[in-house]
Amino acid sequence: MTDRLRTDLLHLGVIAALVVLFLTLPTYYAGNLSRIMVLAIYAIGYNLLFGYTGLLSLGHAMFFAAGMYGYGLTAQLAGVPALPAFALGILAGAALGLVVGALALRTAGVAFMIVTLMFAQAAYLTILHFGTYTRGDEGFVVPSEARIVFGIDLSGETERFAAALILFALVLLATGRLVRSRLGRTLVAIRENEERTRMLGYDATRLKLIAITLSGALSGLAGAAYALLFGYVGASFAAVPYSIFPLLWVLLGGAGTTIGPLIGVFFMFYLIDTASGITLAYLLIVGVALVLLTLFAPQGIAGLIKRRLPWLP
Amino acid sequence: MPLTKIDRRSTLLGLGASAGALAMGTRFTHAQSAAPIKIGFQKHATGIGAAYGRWYDATTQAAAARINEMGGINGRPLEIVIEDDGTDPKRGAEVLEKFASQHECDVAFGTLFSHVVIGSAPRAGELKLPYFVVSEGHHVASGMLNRYTLQPGITDVKSQVQSMAPFVANNLGKKVTMIYPDFAFGHDHRDYFSAAIAAQGGEVVAKIAIPPTETSFTRYFPQIPRETEVIYHVMVGPAVLTFVKEMGEFFGPSRPEIFGFIDSLEAVAIDSPGLEFLEGTYFWEGAPRHAQANQTEYDAAFRAAVGVDDRGASVDDPRDISTYAHMFGCWDTLNVIKAGMEASGYRGPGDRAALIEAVEAMTDMPLGMDHPTGAKLFNGKTHQAFGEQHISRVEDGNLVVVHTASIEDGLYEDEVDYTTQSF
Repeated sequence: MTDRLRTDLLHLGVIAALVVLFLTLPTYYAGNLSRIMVLAIYAIGYNLLFGYTGLLSLGHAMFFAAGMYGYGLTAQLAGVPALPAFALGILAGAALGLVVGALALRTAGVAFMIVTLMFAQAAYLTILHFGTYTRGDEGFVVPSEARIVFGIDLSGETERFAAALILFALVLLATGRLVRSRLGRTLVAIRENEERTRMLGYDATRLKLIAITLSGALSGLAGAAYALLFGYVGASFAAVPYSIFPLLWVLLGGAGTTIGPLIGVFFMFYLIDTASGITLAYLLIVGVALVLLTLFAPQGIAGLIKRRLPWLP
Repeated sequence: MPLTKIDRRSTLLGLGASAGALAMGTRFTHAQSAAPIKIGFQKHATGIGAAYGRWYDATTQAAAARINEMGGINGRPLEIVIEDDGTDPKRGAEVLEKFASQHECDVAFGTLFSHVVIGSAPRAGELKLPYFVVSEGHHVASGMLNRYTLQPGITDVKSQVQSMAPFVANNLGKKVTMIYPDFAFGHDHRDYFSAAIAAQGGEVVAKIAIPPTETSFTRYFPQIPRETEVIYHVMVGPAVLTFVKEMGEFFGPSRPEIFGFIDSLEAVAIDSPGLEFLEGTYFWEGAPRHAQANQTEYDAAFRAAVGVDDRGASVDDPRDISTYAHMFGCWDTLNVIKAGMEASGYRGPGDRAALIEAVEAMTDMPLGMDHPTGAKLFNGKTHQAFGEQHISRVEDGNLVVVHTASIEDGLYEDEVDYTTQSF
């Protein structure tokens, strides 16, 4: 069996497992799957830049928010129907990725982290400042008609899951192909040794710009999907914690692996959910768990699996 | 375009599973007659709202204990199920899902911060879970939310602000400079007060929006016009102490009148070091933190039940100041839920729509132990309660009520009729 076939089977197996889980888990846990998949799309977008290209952004919440507001505001203020508004959300994430990338990629390393953090903070404050339109920190509820696609109301539990699954499956399969493509392999080459990649004749800056634009588009897609499926748009999703979350998800799940982001989101979601049921000091438990994982599984959960299954994409 | 509804997941599980569930359901319904009524309490246990959450919790527990001492609701005990929303809208929505699907709560209840309420309300509507909020935001009465979201225990900010304007214009001055945080809460004050003071023949001569990340305010004070007669401030968050101190340093002994919302200083002692400049200034209060000379027996009993002394501090620790101007809303709301469940003969989740209709039918909520800090008027169409509002002056470190705005002062035209929405 070739690695490509194994990879495709793995991804199809993950998608099938999500369907089985939805059909068999109790209502609460089944309902969580939609949210986990949307956040996993966000993590996949982050992973493309961090895990595969080696660029650590501390400002990805701005791309998630760009998608969320790109969809939400056009639906709310201009009455744009769901699908075009959703497409505008993705476009907003990609466009912001392109612009921020063009400026931030003049820096590298710690400076890149700080510049992305500052851009994200500027985006957050911009949302607050234009509160007349965005409703600032309070946010707004997405009009119910903007949550209907092809006559299907996505506020229903099953419909929401189906939509989240379709989006997640498309993103997972597409990134699976992307990281095996020439572009994906070149991005990994940049991550491993940018200077050598340049010496081999690749335009590393242009490739990194492509990576951040794609990453912005995927993050924007996730933001738009969150608003579409859960009916809320708010500035808290543009705040610093939502830039840190994808980093944690990817680190925990396994940076530079296609299924790592999903595993990371799953792990963090239920770590918080379970710990908060035990004690109000649940963030302490979460923190200790993260430290332990970092100490004993620095490559993340998927990284551990990859030791036994080296073909894991 | 007609909506396509896909069958729910349960229908995919097959006839055998459905039959099993039906059998279980029959047994549970029988057992449920003496089972507790579960109220999911969305608590700001962590995050920026934690101080409010702690006192909302204390008030909720006290109200629930009183209801249980009186025999519960429809003969069933009341059980409060607490989940931390982290003062975060995403987590808030997840918590509602836990209440509905995991804890099998009858209704959800909470919480203060508007973004958590607005982020959670769509899920309440989708889960068909009555969601009683104590947020004071205008989001309920504005029509933004849905029929499952109600605010029967606390007046909204639009009404609060509107009812303050006559006193400000007639007693403090007509030329007002507003200093407010540059986010939605501040914008609400800016917009509602600007309109309300204009209706009183006054005007807002300057609107100074302060970014929420600001830690020093000295560069903003020179923007205050000389003609200003009143400063209206509604700064919230940990920077408020710096704000007050720097304002004092800027004005010195010669200052205009100053009016603010106590939201800035909830859970903070008004006689704290650094707040001396507030002496002689005025504050809005939803309920007077310091017991007044004309204190009612209900207010005294409420304080005793929650564990708060005459200065609004914990009876166990006088440095632990409550969020007295807001937390009564939890007490009132639980009593509204009780009254609604009794009026509708509530037995279980199948009666949720009847519960909402019963609450919508409510109007007068008289002063008494169910509403110990003041009477309220409930508007079933807008799902919003209206109560008396107080203006207190800081005198020798005490908050002394100098004016009480009537319920009528805070009424405004309906912006929505939720009763026309289907369940």
